[in-house]
Amino acid sequence: MNWALVITGAALGAPMRYLTDLSVQKRHDTVFPWGTFAVNVAGCLILGLLTGAVTYGAAADSTQLLVGTGFCGALTTYSTFSYETMRLAESGAKFFAAANVVSSIVAGLGAAFIGVTVAQAIWA
Amino acid sequence: MKPSHSPAVSEPTDPDVDRGIPARRPGAWRHQAPVVGVVALGGAVGAAARYGAVLWWPTAVGGFPWTTLVVNAAGCAVIGVFMVVISDVWAAHRLVRPFFGTGVLGGFTTFSTYTVDTRQLLDAGRARTGLAYLGLTPLVALTAVWSAAWMTRRIVTWRQT
Repeated sequence: MNWALVITGAALGAPMRYLTDLSVQKRHDTVFPWGTFAVNVAGCLILGLLTGAVTYGAAADSTQLLVGTGFCGALTTYSTFSYETMRLAESGAKFFAAANVVSSIVAGLGAAFIGVTVAQAIWA
Repeated sequence: MKPSHSPAVSEPTDPDVDRGIPARRPGAWRHQAPVVGVVALGGAVGAAARYGAVLWWPTAVGGFPWTTLVVNAAGCAVIGVFMVVISDVWAAHRLVRPFFGTGVLGGFTTFSTYTVDTRQLLDAGRARTGLAYLGLTPLVALTAVWSAAWMTRRIVTWRQT
C-alpha cells in the first residue's frame, strides 16, 4: 500500500514537472532555467505545508507518502537542476549558473519555511 | 553516430524538455501524450527507488540526511553520463530520454526533501548539521554531474579518434 501511494504521487508529480517546464519554455526564451526553478520552489512550498500539517495532526502518514515522498519528490529534481547549472556554466553563462544555484536554494528554503509557518497558522 | 564537433556542443541545457520534439504543430498533443506517459512511468520507478533507499537506510531524527544526499549525488552523476551518451553516442528512440532523464532520474532525485529536511534541522536547533547539509548537497551534486560528464566526454572523444 505504501509503495502504491509513492508510485501514484510520483506518476502525477513527474509529468507535472515536464509539462510545467514545457509551457515555461514556450513562453520565455531565456537561458535561465525558469521551468525547473518554478517546480522546485513550488514543491518546497507544498512539502513545507504538508510537513507542518503532519506535525499538527492535520494530515495522515499516508498523505505524507502520496503527496510528500511521491508527488513533491517527483515534481522537484536535483539531477536536472545540477545538469542545467553545469551547462549554463559551460556555455559561458557563469553568472546565470551561480544565480541558478543561489536563487534556487534561497527560494526553495524560503518556500519550505513559509509552507511550515502557514501550516502552523492554520492547524496549530 | 559521429559528431564532428566537441561532444559538449550538442548537449542541451535543459535535459527535461527535448527541443527536438515539436510542441506547437497541429496534433502536438498526440505527439506529447506518449512522452507524458513515459515521464510518469519513469517518475514512478525513480521515486520508488528513492523510497526504497530511505527505507533501507533510514535517517535518525535530527541526524544528517545521508541517504537523500547520496540519492541526489547518484542521480546527478548518472544524468551527467546519460546526457552525454544520449546526445553524442546513442541515437536512442525519442522516448528514452523523457523516460530515463526526465522521469527516472527526476523522480529519483528531490529538491523539496532537501530544503524541508534542512528547515527541520535548523528548526530543531541543529544549526551546524543543517548548514552542513545545505552547503554540502549542491557541492557534491555539482561535482558529481560535472565529473561524470567530463569523464564520459573523454571516453567518447577517445573512442572516436
